[in-house]
Amino acid sequence: MNPEKVVFGFFIVLALTLNFGFFVGEIENPDHHHVYELFAVIVVNLIATVLKFGDRSQMGALLLATSLVAILQLIAAAVVWTFAVHIMGTGLTPVVVASIVSLSGGAMLANVVSVILLIIETVMLRR
Amino acid sequence: METIVFLILRRMRQPLLTLLVVYAVAISGLTLIPGRDADGNVWYMSIFHAFYFVSYMATTIGFGEIPYAFSDAQRLWVSLSLYASVIAWIYAFGTILALVQDRTFQEALAEYRFAGRIRAMREPFHLVCGYGETGTALVQSLTERGQHAVVIDIDEARTSIIQLQELREFVPALHGDAAVTRYLQEAGLQHSCCAGVVALTDDNEVNLKVAITAKLLNPPIKVISRADSHDIEANMASFGTDHIVDPFDTFAAHLAVAFQAPCLYLLQRWLTGREGAVLSEPVYPPQDGHWIVCGYGRFGKAICRRLKGEGIEVVVIEARPQVTGQPDTKLVTGLGTEAETLLEADIENAAGLVAGTDNDANNLSIVMTARELNSSVFAVVRQNQADNRDIIAAVDADMVMHPSAIIADKIRVLLATPMLYEFISLALYQDESWACELASRVIALVGDEVPETREWSLGEGEASALQEYLTEGGHFSAADLLRDPWQRERDLKAIVLLIRRRNDRMLLPDPQDALKAGDRLLICGNRAAFTRMQWTVSHRHTLDYVKTGRDVPQSWLWRRLAQRSRG
Repeated sequence: MNPEKVVFGFFIVLALTLNFGFFVGEIENPDHHHVYELFAVIVVNLIATVLKFGDRSQMGALLLATSLVAILQLIAAAVVWTFAVHIMGTGLTPVVVASIVSLSGGAMLANVVSVILLIIETVMLRR
Repeated sequence: METIVFLILRRMRQPLLTLLVVYAVAISGLTLIPGRDADGNVWYMSIFHAFYFVSYMATTIGFGEIPYAFSDAQRLWVSLSLYASVIAWIYAFGTILALVQDRTFQEALAEYRFAGRIRAMREPFHLVCGYGETGTALVQSLTERGQHAVVIDIDEARTSIIQLQELREFVPALHGDAAVTRYLQEAGLQHSCCAGVVALTDDNEVNLKVAITAKLLNPPIKVISRADSHDIEANMASFGTDHIVDPFDTFAAHLAVAFQAPCLYLLQRWLTGREGAVLSEPVYPPQDGHWIVCGYGRFGKAICRRLKGEGIEVVVIEARPQVTGQPDTKLVTGLGTEAETLLEADIENAAGLVAGTDNDANNLSIVMTARELNSSVFAVVRQNQADNRDIIAAVDADMVMHPSAIIADKIRVLLATPMLYEFISLALYQDESWACELASRVIALVGDEVPETREWSLGEGEASALQEYLTEGGHFSAADLLRDPWQRERDLKAIVLLIRRRNDRMLLPDPQDALKAGDRLLICGNRAAFTRMQWTVSHRHTLDYVKTGRDVPQSWLWRRLAQRSRG
């Protein structure tokens, strides 16, 4: 067992599970989507991205690409949140919450791809 | 570039992770600890504000406590996370700085930049492997003629010194082993503009490897290599290396020419010398007596062979004949630096002396001792180090043999004006008075400076006006070419030495003979003459003036006016 692989797999799967946790619930209801969950998703996704740095294989490049997509979507969601609450002062209206959650939904898709790639890589290793 | 990006990413993984974790902990702590706003109500910091605060705290910018003054609990947390985040930042910065100074990183970066420059080359260039004395001299004379060169050397000090030399063209230099194929490829071995490869390292094996790599990966290009032993020479010749330069054999051959035809030797030195240098004096090596050769190494052997070929008696002085091999002539064991050995070799009656050991101090000592015993002896001295130029010049030997200079001169001629070698081999069949007459013509042209020698092609794309004129059936001779386009009664200071027309070679052609399209000319003269000839062959108007002496107006208006005044 390679401890590096454990940490790697842990963070990639955690990124997906947290992402899912934030995503589930009514899409327009702010009570179903907590700000700390989004914060945790972003932090874990950033860590997962950094862990993927410097792998020269084709698989590594694809994994990094999916992570970058997820990060892009999540940061967009965080920016929308900040805009609505602090800058525009409109608060979390259903429209805002819907767009934040759908952005995180996109990030979740990227995370799903990430996990699938990880599984494929593992299966190919154990052939 | 890929390597560089991955190098950075891989090395930055750990510091970035640390930074991320510290930020995350600091931000979440700040949002969880309750504070009091201006009215005393309980207040929790939002993630956005916490991120903003941590960003300027971690970088020690410190804008103060916002949006409200902090509670003591918050301050405690901030002091803890302040140290943690600053340390994380220093760690990240330190890693980046260390990476930038890292040797592998620097080399990867330099190699990447070099490869980019080579890819961007759009003009023909020569790849020079080895930037020692010979390489330096060669690159300098190539760039002086406006030709491009790319340099590879295994010694970083040598490649970095190129930036300090004031070369006329930019010369990209790579620090690497020329025996490694990847470096040769990066330096443009397979580039479409690569005109030739010159292997000049001081290692025969490396030169051999460069030559064979070049011949395999890019067969059409010209490969020139230095070889210091006959085995390597034969090996290189076996796979078709275009030119193999052995400095010792080359010099011995020069000496033989000097014996047979002093004027031709003089002419050869003038035409192959570096432009702008002072014309050398003629030398007349004497044949009325025996010659003493000190040092029976590669140089001594080459000289002995040639001297015997001239029917001259040779006495060899060698300190370690058991190492170098026994010469089949009279041998005196010793260095030659002391009077005894020289006397034993009968220096008093010797005609010539060759100080040919591989030690400059010994060579100088040999010449000075010999001069004391026989002041009229003809002295040939071998110079091993370029730095010793001044002391070698001070001893005022009749001929100096400097391997690096010989190789550099020969290769420069091979690259720039290969027709000059054809000229010299044809000239060997002429008698001595022919060469002497030509030598005096050259002196009349250029005074006491080495003339410029160039090859000129009247082929496609070049000499457009002349091409047009010739296809119209005009008669244009070498004499027309050498007329001054500013004042046609005057002649330019230049001589056409050789014309190559398909398989024919015309040595010193008759000036009245017509030139033909596709001819290749070898011309020597001063620089101004070449500029003016260029005008004649590429501007129709100038060409007409040179040919007819009339300044024909070119524009419609002036032509009409000219017709009217004539009519």
